[in-house]
Amino acid sequence: MPVQKRKEDLNILEKLYIPEIVKGMALTLKNMFRPNVTMQYPEVRFEPPSSYRGRPVLVQEKNGTERCVACGLCSRVCPALAIEVQASETELEKERYPQKFEINMLRCIFCGFCEEVCPEEAIVMSKDYELVFKNRKDAIFGKDKLLVQVDNLKDRLEFLRKFK
Amino acid sequence: MNIWEILIISLIKILIIVVMLLLTVAYSVYFERKISAWVQNRVGPNRVGWLGLLQPFADVFKLMFKEDIIPDAANKPLHTLAPFIALFVSFATYAVIPLGPPIELFGYKINLVVADVNIGILYVLALTSLGVYGITFAGWSSGSKYSLLGGIRSSAQMISYEVSMGFSVAGVILMSQSLSPVKIVEAQHGWMWNAILQPIGFITFLVSAFAETNRLPFDLPEAEPELVGGYHTEYSSFKFAGFFLAEYANMAIASAMIVTLYLGGYQVPYIEKLGLSYTLTTIIQIAAFLIKIGALIFFFMWVRWSLPRFRYDQLMSLGWKVMFPLALANIIWVAALIMIFGL
Repeated sequence: MPVQKRKEDLNILEKLYIPEIVKGMALTLKNMFRPNVTMQYPEVRFEPPSSYRGRPVLVQEKNGTERCVACGLCSRVCPALAIEVQASETELEKERYPQKFEINMLRCIFCGFCEEVCPEEAIVMSKDYELVFKNRKDAIFGKDKLLVQVDNLKDRLEFLRKFK
Repeated sequence: MNIWEILIISLIKILIIVVMLLLTVAYSVYFERKISAWVQNRVGPNRVGWLGLLQPFADVFKLMFKEDIIPDAANKPLHTLAPFIALFVSFATYAVIPLGPPIELFGYKINLVVADVNIGILYVLALTSLGVYGITFAGWSSGSKYSLLGGIRSSAQMISYEVSMGFSVAGVILMSQSLSPVKIVEAQHGWMWNAILQPIGFITFLVSAFAETNRLPFDLPEAEPELVGGYHTEYSSFKFAGFFLAEYANMAIASAMIVTLYLGGYQVPYIEKLGLSYTLTTIIQIAAFLIKIGALIFFFMWVRWSLPRFRYDQLMSLGWKVMFPLALANIIWVAALIMIFGL
């Protein structure tokens, strides 16, 4: 096999290594005095911007009911098959509500498709990124864990109206 | 002085040196992590104690409580012996390095060196060559291909670089006309540092020292991405700690050797012109020696976090085709200096 030559061979200064080494070391020395980027996590927490896709949650209206009308689109679109919805009828104006709404957080891939497809802005991605569970059963979030007051989701809802 | 006094003084000196060396090693591990963090815009260890200063002790205790595993395929006696050889060699080397000028204490005249041997440099060269055995034994006796490769690489590398190291040292010996480290340091008074008089020898020695201590541009025996962990892949618990200690002790010793041979040891240029008292001068000189060593250890780490690893054939061709001729040229240069200027 013929030996392939480099496009540009090293010049004499580069072949001597030492000037290049000095350059590299100057760079690392400069970096030593730069401010560092570490966040001291448990004490200092990352406050995500509103474009952040954290744990998906259901929007809870001020009167205590969920916005969701249990159309099941989120469940259909979910590529990881993480969402399970069971619809039921209600006397309210929206006529339908989810009797059961479960997201398996071990399956969820935080793609945000459910949020995109939702016609009622009822399921949105929150800023919550601290997801810890001790067993698989705890990882299936029901309505009790998913419902979040609409006031706490203002940022995301505004973001969606602007950019969705 | 009778024999008992000499013995007791030597024992105290040994104790001081060993404790100092252990502390240096513990904190160079800490500073290695800190410097790597700074270079990468991180913070580094800061949880254990104030600014993370107790981190080395936490690491040691963690290692102590780990299980000591000897693989089935290992040659058990050699496997156990190897870390001790590595440790012994690195600690014994320090015996001949002078910390400062002789001092008077309680009516005794004490040399600030454990053993003022008149062939100290030969002793150091001999012991550093022995250091290969620790690593080669570890690689061979582990019964693992990665360890074996690491051990073989290490022996080839160390033997190659020992040649240029020895030839660079020859320049220093020519200059001071002595093999004793104490005399070599005394010969470098004022600005007559060997690093200034023979810069080529200084560079070859520095590069060889990096290769001898297996520090990063030449850390092929360990080469984590290629060899898992190199010669200490199969070691755990305190035997691993032994290798770890030896590696950092070697770095401290290489720094001390570079300072002694090339950077004037404990000499501070023109300190005698300041008219300070003998005690104060001595204290400043010891401090200067320790600061020089510290600066060199920092340099070792700075290089480690700046440069990538050499390829094996590059390492060998650098050793034989560049460093060796340069070291020879240095001898000629030093001989010319002596002939022409009568230094």
